[in-house]
Amino acid sequence: MNYVMSFVVGGIICVLGQIVIDTFKKNNAYLLVLLVVTGTFLGYFGIYDKIIEIGHSGATVPLLGFGHALAEGAVEEAAAKGFMGALSGGVKKTAPGVAAALIFGYIVSIVFNPKGNK
Amino acid sequence: MKYDKNSYKQVVNEYTPKNKMLRNCVYAFIFGGAICLLGEVIKNIFMNNFGTPEQDASTISSVVLIAITALLTGLGWFDKLSKIAGAGTAVPITGFANAVVSPALEFKREGFILGTASNIFKLAGPVLLFGYFASFIVGILSLMFK
Repeated sequence: MNYVMSFVVGGIICVLGQIVIDTFKKNNAYLLVLLVVTGTFLGYFGIYDKIIEIGHSGATVPLLGFGHALAEGAVEEAAAKGFMGALSGGVKKTAPGVAAALIFGYIVSIVFNPKGNK
Repeated sequence: MKYDKNSYKQVVNEYTPKNKMLRNCVYAFIFGGAICLLGEVIKNIFMNNFGTPEQDASTISSVVLIAITALLTGLGWFDKLSKIAGAGTAVPITGFANAVVSPALEFKREGFILGTASNIFKLAGPVLLFGYFASFIVGILSLMFK
């Protein structure tokens, strides 16, 4: 059941993203920024926790989930450490993903050569 | 160039965005859903076989998806896939990973420091900037409204 819900909820979020792309026809970077910021505020207001309860990985894998993790980290650390926690919490919580992207990205760029725009 | 009624219709249909949007949405749903399903599968493998707690398993699953995306981007397959899948590959964490890896690869010829390393956040930088900014605001809000 979790698998079905992951597929459906993940699919729906991607369709919303596709509608944004096709409507505004902007670079994908705009969409990624929009998703992360939206996810952060949905996370803050507790709405995204409910979506994760329903959709599992269907909600955590999309970039909205990255935003949710940012919010969750910031709120948790702010409660524990105050102002400094608000600064560090989100970064800490999302550090594995960012570091992984950087490190794997660098390794890949050493090993492979660009394929050209075909 | 002259058009008769039928060939004109054909041209109009070709450029009608509505149909294309519907098709794009179907592909986005299928590919996006499949990637999230894969994420759930990876998460469950770690939870069931290694006894990883759910939160950690979720992080590991993201990291694995990022690693797969990095490899596929290097092989040049991810670009082909994303042309079909559209938002299906852009919206999941794979889109973020691809945004990091593809400029890193593209600017390789300008050197590893000034090319790859300094351009690696060319696309993903805005995402992190606004993401961290929003998370700081949220942290402050949570302090103000306990």
